Amino acid sequence: MTPRKDLLDIASLTDEEISFVLDNAGPFKDLFKRSVKKVPTLKGQTVLTLFYEPSTRTRSSFEVAASRLSADVTHFDIESSSVVKGESVLDTVETLEAMRVDYIVVRHKQSGTPNLIAKNTRASVINAGDGWHAHPTQALLDAFTLREIHKDLRGCRALIVGDIQHSRVARSTSLIFRRLGMQVAYLAPGSMMPREVPQEIPQFGNWTDAFDWKPDVIYLLRVQGERLDEPLIPSPAEYHRNYGLTDERVKVLRERGLHLMHPGPVNRGVEITDAGMNYEKCLINQQVENGIAVRMSVLYWLRPGAAE
Amino acid sequence: MPGNERTLLTQAQMADGVKALAEGIRAANPDAESIALVGVFTRGVPLAKRIAAEIEKAGLKVFVGTIDITQYRDDLNTFQMVPKLEGSDIAFDIDDLNVVLVDEVIYTGRSVRAALDELLNFGRPKRVQLAVLVDRCGRELPVQPDFSALKVTLAPGERVAVRFEEVDGQDACTVQTQAPAR
Repeated sequence: MTPRKDLLDIASLTDEEISFVLDNAGPFKDLFKRSVKKVPTLKGQTVLTLFYEPSTRTRSSFEVAASRLSADVTHFDIESSSVVKGESVLDTVETLEAMRVDYIVVRHKQSGTPNLIAKNTRASVINAGDGWHAHPTQALLDAFTLREIHKDLRGCRALIVGDIQHSRVARSTSLIFRRLGMQVAYLAPGSMMPREVPQEIPQFGNWTDAFDWKPDVIYLLRVQGERLDEPLIPSPAEYHRNYGLTDERVKVLRERGLHLMHPGPVNRGVEITDAGMNYEKCLINQQVENGIAVRMSVLYWLRPGAAE
Repeated sequence: MPGNERTLLTQAQMADGVKALAEGIRAANPDAESIALVGVFTRGVPLAKRIAAEIEKAGLKVFVGTIDITQYRDDLNTFQMVPKLEGSDIAFDIDDLNVVLVDEVIYTGRSVRAALDELLNFGRPKRVQLAVLVDRCGRELPVQPDFSALKVTLAPGERVAVRFEEVDGQDACTVQTQAPAR
């Protein structure tokens, strides 16, 4: 496979590139069973995480992935950096360029920031989430996780539940699911449903209709804390009653043998309950483990300075 | 294929070579109740399986594993294409075991160095030996095979090409002039 310089979103990947990254993630995951969980692939290269939005999970997942490839891993601490003193993103990138960093993992609340950075550096840029736009490594790890269960994803049905409108995870993950031949449907309150949804994606306003669609996997989105303060939903309790995975609904999942996914971190008592977390077909822990393997696979494929 | 190709070993000679390697390995491990063969991707794998089949005929238990050295190559970032990973698969515990690494050709020794690095991530074998079908002179690192079916010296522009029915559809062992671009 020809290497790419950057991974900015799912939309710009070919089917072959998606398969390549997913297929290689398998051998990387096998490493985790060994006493030495490390390969020398990126020896001497520097991976820098540049997170303008706080995230412990994604950032540490990238850091573990890079360490297992023997890269040197650095975190650019925004809180204590000159960014707080008013330095622009491009000024920061210029600094990183001078440091000869090879891979930059970016998260930013503004959609398109990773693209802007990618245009201005020789380093490979990986989008670790930008605004409502994209979160490609989350999508890849979700697809990898489901592929471990269903060898062929064609025809498999995923119901994505929650704040679709403001979710980059929903955007990237539903895109990759559909690219792999799956069917996707949305369940959300009206205030959280996007204005424009592709025709092939059924939209539901309640669980009864959504269950009638016969999904194979339920993908819960996190209800963002900041959204709880907006008038999108009356209250967390109300959201839970109408759209959350209540204990009653977990019973339906169990009866039908449906799998459950969530990108984390979860809000217990809002989109999910203890019963959901303890459900035997809940894949949240696999998603976390697979996230490292998939990110290793992405780092292995990208090459700084590759022609775009 | 551009350039010339001439036969180095006939199919019958390849088969004899596999038998000779199996016998050599058995003779060198007289007290062993079991032997572990680890084939290096791509063509060390079918070779290891064939040697294993020969050794098993003598009633010895043989474990077969595979090693993918892609990530250990010292020239990985010079490749035009990123190789698809096969992954290593060693399903048995190699600690205190006699392990024989199997590759179809040894030349510079760099692949073997890479294979050793990967192998030792799985544990601490009692001893590691190396078996190859063709030992081509021209080492760049101090590693030598313990067992080889044929030793040759070739000109710099030449390349040994070993094919196995399992992966290539036919058995052949040839010398190609003008190596195909990777």
